[in-house]
Formats: sequence, C-alpha cells, structure tokens
Amino acid sequence: MKRVGETTEVSGQSPNYLVAKFQDLVDWVVNSSRANSLWPMPFGTACCAIEFMATAASRFDFARFGMERQAFSPRQADVLICAGRLPFKLAPVIRRIYDQMPQPKWVISMGACASTGGIFDNYAMVQGIDTIVPVDVYVPGCPPRPEGLLYGILLLHKKIKGESLFDHVRRRDEQLLDEKGLRLPPETIDEISEPFGNSVHQFRSS
Amino acid sequence: MTSPVPGALRTEVARDGETIVFVAPERLLETMKWLKETPGQEFDYLVDVTAVEFRDRERPLQVVYFLRSLTRKADVRVKVELNASAELAVDSVYSLWHGADWLEREVFDMFGITFRGHPDLRRILMWETYAEGYPLRKNFPLRGRFSRAEQVRQALNANPEAHYSMEELSIADAGGDLPEDMRERLRRGERGTIPEPPGA
Repeated sequence: MKRVGETTEVSGQSPNYLVAKFQDLVDWVVNSSRANSLWPMPFGTACCAIEFMATAASRFDFARFGMERQAFSPRQADVLICAGRLPFKLAPVIRRIYDQMPQPKWVISMGACASTGGIFDNYAMVQGIDTIVPVDVYVPGCPPRPEGLLYGILLLHKKIKGESLFDHVRRRDEQLLDEKGLRLPPETIDEISEPFGNSVHQFRSS
Repeated sequence: MTSPVPGALRTEVARDGETIVFVAPERLLETMKWLKETPGQEFDYLVDVTAVEFRDRERPLQVVYFLRSLTRKADVRVKVELNASAELAVDSVYSLWHGADWLEREVFDMFGITFRGHPDLRRILMWETYAEGYPLRKNFPLRGRFSRAEQVRQALNANPEAHYSMEELSIADAGGDLPEDMRERLRRGERGTIPEPPGA
C-alpha cells in the first residue's frame, strides 16, 4: 500500500520524459547524419590498402554507405582507416594526422598488423596502433577481404548511432598525449605489446 | 688462384657462376677505380652495396659490391672482409659511382659500417635519433633493445619533419617554403633531440 505523498517513478509519467524523448530525437538526427556520411581518411601503408582500394572501387563500393568522398586531407575527414602495418617511423605521422582531424573522429584499424603488429613482432613495428591513437573498430584479417572492411564500417555505424550528444564523457573527449608524449601508461603499452601466438617462441636476446 | 685485379687477395667463383673478388680494405678504392676505368673491364654500373654478418662470430663481416658492365654485359662481385673486433670502416666509393650514396647509407644504418669519405653518412631507414644500435647485426635482439613503451615514446617524440638535409631541401628550392625557425634548426644541423635512454 502506498502512503500519501509517496511518488512512483514511471518513465512515461516522469517530468524528464519529454526531455529524454527530445534528446533521443536530436541524437537520432545527428548520429544518422554522421554515420551515413563518414568521410574516410585512408592511411594505407601495405597490402591492406589494396583491399581498401577494392572496397572503395565499384564492385564493393563503400560509397553505398555514405563514404563517397575520400578525404586525403585529415582536416576534412571523419574516420581514419589505418590499412597496413605501422612502423615506428610513421608513428608521429599518424598521430599528427589524428590530431589534425576535427571532432568527432573515429579510427578503424584494418588488418592484423595495424591491430596487433601481426607477423612483424620486431624492432621496427608498432605493436598495434592503439598504442598511438584510440581505435574504435578492429578489422581482423591478413589482409581482410572487402566484405570484412565493410562489416567493420557497419559496426562503426552501429557504434556512432549509439553515441549521445548529451553524454560527453563517453567518446568525444580529446585524447591528448601525457607529458611523456604517450597516450597510455608505459606499463599498458608493454602489456598490449607482449608477444602472443607463434611469436612467443622468439626471444628478445636471439 | 692469382688474379690480374690489383689489390685482390683471392678470387672465388660463386655457385651461379659469377666471379667474386676479395679485396683488402685499404686497397678497395684502388681496385674499384681499376675495375671501373680500365679498358676491357669498364664496370660502369654499381648495382648494389650490401653487407653480410655470419652466425659464426669468428668469421669477419663482408661488405659486398655488385658491379656490372653495361657495355660488356658482364658482372662481378667485390667483397671486403672486416674484422668485427676492429673498427668497422671502409672507403666510400661515392667518388666513383654517385649511386653509392644511399646504398652506403643503408649499410651504415643497418650494420654500423662507416664509409670514409661519404659526403652525407646519416641513417636512411631508421630515424636519425634512433639509439638502439644497428638492427641487422647478429647481436641485435629482434625486438630491439628498449621496452615497447620506450620505443613508442621515442617514436612519438621524434620530429617527422627533420629528416631532410639542407642539401636535399635545396633541390627544387624546397627550403624556401619552410618556416624560418625550421630552416634555422636545419641549418644548425639539429634534427630533434636524442632521447634519454631508459633508466637514465
């Protein structure tokens, strides 16, 4: 039994109901616009870039998903697609490209090498670009087929459509480097750069 | 087997039928000049310069020169053996073939072999502040000497715009397009700061 004066929270009757509905509507409009007009910034460094080009060309044609215009300037791009392995020499370059992209921005790491270093567990290669820039979608494969990249792009659409303009902490904060110039704590970088799979049979001293 | 090539220590025939001439390091330039300029030799094209280090630590390092005569359609390899315990240095053949410029820079970058008389001996593949050593040497660990975090830190702190020399920038007047402060830094020869080694 309810006592007098006690209220019941029912979302349909909440005073925030209209506000929430309005926010949902705004989010739906904004997110749909963003998701369906992603301008990719291709950062192709290896064979994944060939598959990326196949995805862009007429047979697979990611223009169907609003990616008609490839932005070869980071200042007019929404999604950075790192297609291929990233050597340490290119690490400051991709970081600068990422920094130059306007908010909101997303990153797709395409292929095994961009995501983890792949077969290149050696002195010259970044072990996963997530040690350099924040990554939204990892597309596995060596290289991924165009269908794989398209699936990754559709996953990114889904992710964008789940974002909210009214919840800034979730995604869109600037991802700055710390005073050491790193994105993550050093221990974390060491941990995610650990060898795995076949490369555990190599030794640092060998 | 004696050889008519001046400075040749010995010659071998490689498995593919090519002649390999072993030369003493101090007489390399003389031999190369002879191979290039003597009528009947005319090896006018330097195909490649590379180096070999063997798993057997006792064997000396080899610097290998691939020569070709475009007129005679003939090839020869010249090898110089360098003891790893002594100073790894050999004369540059840049004065004979200007194409040796980047080839020797690559050997320097990967093996740490110095080429005396090279006009611009800098690292070419790794960035110039790279402090971990020479990657293709046998004592170099495959994943590098520093931890991954330290490698990422040094890579992110490198200046990607400082890889050109003033000479390179002078081609096509590229230097004129640079901001004044960057031109000043390049003129001073500054190419970014060398990072502190870990634990220092």
